[in-house]
Parts: sequence; structure tokens; C-alpha cells
Amino acid sequence: MSEQVDHSRRRLLTVATAGTAAVGAAFAAVPFIESWLPSARAKALGAPVEVDATALEAGQMLKVVWRGQPVFIVRRAKAVIEQLGAHDALLADPKSADSTQPDYITGATRARNPEVWVGLAVCTHLGCSPLGAFEPNNPSQLTGTDLGASWPGGFYCPCHGSKYDISGRVFKAMPAPKNLTVPPYAFVGDTLRILIGVDDAKSA
Amino acid sequence: MAAVPESASPAKSGGLVQWIDQRFPLLSLWNDHMAQYYAPKNFNFWYYFGVLSMFVLANQLITGIFLTMSYKPSAAEAFSSVEYIMRDLDGGWLIRYMHSTGASAFFIVVYLHMFRALLYGSHRKPRELLWIIGCVIFLLLMAEAFMGYVLPWGNMSFWGAQVIVSLFGSLPVIGGGLVEWIRGDYVIADATLNRFFALHVAALPLALVFLVIAHIMALHEVGSNNPDGIEIKKLKGPDGHPLDGIPFHPYYTVKDTAGIVFFLILFCGVIFFAPTFGGLFLEAPNFEPANPLQTPPHIAPVWYFTPFYAMLRAVPSFAGTQVWGVLVMGGAIVVLFFLPWLDRSPVKSIRYRGPIYKVALAIFVVSFIILGLCGMKPPSGIYPLLAKICTALYFAFFLLMPWYSRIDSYKPVPERVT
Repeated sequence: MSEQVDHSRRRLLTVATAGTAAVGAAFAAVPFIESWLPSARAKALGAPVEVDATALEAGQMLKVVWRGQPVFIVRRAKAVIEQLGAHDALLADPKSADSTQPDYITGATRARNPEVWVGLAVCTHLGCSPLGAFEPNNPSQLTGTDLGASWPGGFYCPCHGSKYDISGRVFKAMPAPKNLTVPPYAFVGDTLRILIGVDDAKSA
Repeated sequence: MAAVPESASPAKSGGLVQWIDQRFPLLSLWNDHMAQYYAPKNFNFWYYFGVLSMFVLANQLITGIFLTMSYKPSAAEAFSSVEYIMRDLDGGWLIRYMHSTGASAFFIVVYLHMFRALLYGSHRKPRELLWIIGCVIFLLLMAEAFMGYVLPWGNMSFWGAQVIVSLFGSLPVIGGGLVEWIRGDYVIADATLNRFFALHVAALPLALVFLVIAHIMALHEVGSNNPDGIEIKKLKGPDGHPLDGIPFHPYYTVKDTAGIVFFLILFCGVIFFAPTFGGLFLEAPNFEPANPLQTPPHIAPVWYFTPFYAMLRAVPSFAGTQVWGVLVMGGAIVVLFFLPWLDRSPVKSIRYRGPIYKVALAIFVVSFIILGLCGMKPPSGIYPLLAKICTALYFAFFLLMPWYSRIDSYKPVPERVT
């Protein structure tokens, strides 16, 4: 055996040892990183919510809770849908350019199916829950509140008086800055069963 | 270092200190860092803020340890446990106010400590690494303060966390998953609070203490800068000590003690007479419990983050993403790390620098203060425009420095400190 130190062999062994240790450390880090992901309990509580809107009549509304937040599901009559483009002048953001909604929510209907509107029941002003006032041109349908003569039907927030139309679009000069948020949702097949919290019913 | 002599009896070797010193480098540590550490003799007012930072750190560690004994890190109990500390626990209000006031005091002394470096060129060669360690301390301190702010689980805690954590969501591709990973839930929730508690009371303080030790070791390796920006090690007396240096102990230990006493007068004044400091140190919405369904009317971070928050808001979103504001805010911190190499002036101290640097530094300080004010106000009226201008000036101070610091005039630097 040579007295000489084989430096290249020593370097190879050092690099190999350090490399093995690095791989081991990377694997050992996995459980620690994983432990920060939403737990099984959080996932269960945050799972998509399935709602059957088939039984809803036009002008009726369901309120469900998804991820701790109330969600509106509103069945709209054909006549109401046809009128949606008519009051753009009253709205702060008729095109929903500055509102929170998935990419597939567009236009005045702000819905995947114009007959069923889905949106968070959380006022964008201070997070109160707005009330439904769906009858057009009926300014006194909410007791003690005057909604104004040309009320097109929509939502009214009792806390600070913000008004939204039936697509959740906020009126001009209201305390609320933005249209109501539309969460991700999808219809199951051709039914009116709605999965709230997913973009695609198949992936759920 | 002395090896332990086998035959030496404890009685012969001369007392406890020597007994320890033969087994632990006690005297050499004391000498290297205190009694034989020669610091420039011309330290002025600005040199208080290093020791004050350490003093406040100690205050935060001690009061923090006692707060953890009564605080409950769960979404259900956090707010009421803080109220319990404030109302039912003997001395609890004082310990908590010492901790909350200490957080703001920490940033005051650290900002002044950093400003001192800009004044006298303390970041310049050979102190680049010292400066970089300091920047890492600053970054961790911001993380520490943010997580500490979430713990009382007031409504501003909750929504502040919501806004700040959402910033990571603007990063392309990984954003959404990253935010979920940080929160551990789909909203800011119990899991988020619990992990912030762990980071705030264990991980970050440990890292901070190690970095502060590294900061001091690096300082004592290269030696302290001084208001003249002169390397005192260049001129040494026959005893081998710098001619312009004096031993840190007793000279600066005594001076720093006086500084700490003066600091404590102000500090106690705030604790006893204005602990919320008009809503700047403790914000009004945080006296309400966290409410995931109700955002406070106006979200503003605590004052020490507002300059960076103003930069975040000053940058409009374009190309369909808000990531640019986040990048600018991050860049405002990152650019600090490069300061030692951006500054090309042949002199270090502002005393010998030309007018360009003096004006630039003044504009920078004013911009930073205006940014702080803008960050506290709602983004309307004159404030967005002011914030945009001051953000540009903040970056101009750093990014144009390689040019203006080179063409700036300078005065000859004397051999000895003045």
C-alpha cells in the first residue's frame, strides 16, 4: 500500500458521502414540509359542497356554507335574465373587470348557467351578508327599506346599504367597492346539482 | 488556551475563575470581546443603537417567555387568553405592554442603527459581511414581528395575516399552492395561528440570537467603524493597540449603560402613559376578536411595515397579475444586501463626502418617511401618487449610487480620528 494520499479518491469519497447525506436530508425534509399542508381535517372541512338546486323555483334562493363562508344560489326567471343588460348605467363595474370570479364566469349573467346564480353571500364592503330582494320594481319588498323606484331585483346589504343586482354586480356610489365574489363551482353533468369549490365536476 | 495541568491542585491554581478558565476560554472571551476589544474613541450618539438593539432583544426574549406561560395558541382561545393576561394576571398587562412596545422600539433602534451605517459607511469594505448578516437579522425581525402581530388574534391580526399571506399567492404557478401550504388551511385558521406561534417563539428567536452573535463576532473580527470612517487598526502604538482605540470595557460599557438608562426613560414613558401610542403600536381594530366574515374598514400594517406596504400598493397590476408590487417590495429589502458594492465613493463617512451623497441621503430619508405615512393612509387622494414618487426615489438612491457616489467630490480623510 502506498504512503501517498490519493487526493482524487478522497475527493470522490467526500463528494459521494456528502451527496448521499444530501439526498437523505432531502427525504427527511419531506414529512416536515408535508406537515404544513392542510391536514385531513382541514381538507374535510374545506371539501367541495354539493347542492341540488333542481327544486328551486324562479325567484327562490338557497344559502349554503362552504369553507366557513355563506354562499347564495339563486334561481332566476328568464324574464329577469333578459333584463340583465338593461341597467348597466346604474352599476359601478358592469363588466366585472375588477371583481373576484373564475375565468369561466363572464358577461352580465356571471353564471355558468344563466338560470342559476352562485356567489358568496359576503358583502365586499365589510363582510356582512346581503339580503335577497329579487322582485323587480318593488321598492318596498324588504320591510322598512326603500330600494328605489327603478329597482331591477337583486341583493341589499342591511349593514351599510350597498345594493347589488341579481348577478351580484354592485351599484354605483355604494360603500361596497366590488361586485360579489363568485366562487369556483361546476354542475354535475346536465343536472342542476352544483359542486361548490371545484372548477370541474369530474376532478372532484 | 491552557490545558488542565494534571498535578495542579485547585487550591494552588488560584480560585474559581482560573479553574473555569482552564476548562473553558472564559478570560480570552472576556478579553477578546470586552476588556481588550479596542473600539474607536470617537463614538457618538449614533453608536448607541447597536447595544440598544441587543437590550430590546433581551427585553423581547424575557417578556416573551413569560407571555407564553399564559397565552393559548389556538384560534378559539388566543384572543381571550391575551385579555386574560391583560386583566386577570398579576403584572400581565405590564409584561405584555413591555413586549408590544418593545416590538416598536426594536424597529426604531434598528432603523436608526441602519441609518448610522449609511451616515458613516459602516457597510463598506471590510465590513460587507457584517452588513449582510445585519440585513438577514432585519429580514428575520420583520418575519418575527409579523407573526407576533398575528398571535393576539384580533381582527387586524387576522386580516393582516390574510393580506400578507395572500401576497405569496400572486407568484406565478406556485402561488396558490404556496399560500395553502403557508396557511395549512383554505383560510387563515387555527393551523396558521399555531404554526406562527411555533415560529415566533422558537424558530425565529433562536435564529435571531445566533445571527446577533455572528454579527458581533464579525464586528469584532474587522473592528468597529467610527464617525470618521477611518480604520484605527492602521495606526498602532508600541503596545500593539490602535492609537485611537480604547478598551470596550470599561469605557463603552459605561457609556452604553448611560444610553440604556436614557432609553428606558422614554421606553417606560410609552409603556405607562401611551402603550397603544395613538393606535400606532397597537391598532384599534385589534381590540376586537378575529372575525373571518368582517374585514376592518381600513387595513394598515403596524407603522414599521408601512413604508414597504406603501411600495406594494404603489405598483399597479399589469399583464393580469399583482406580482409586480410584491417583487418591488421584496426588491426594496434585497437591494440593501448589495449596498456595500453599490457605494463607490473613495471615503466612507459623510463627514468627508461631497454634496451629492448628502442630498441623496436626505432625499432617501424623507422618501422613506413619506412612504411610511402613505402606507398608513387609505390609497386615495394624493397618497398613491406620493407613494409612487417615493418608491422611485427609494430605488434611485440605491440603483444610481454606483454613478453618483463615484462622481461626487470628497474631502481628504485625516490620519487620526477627530
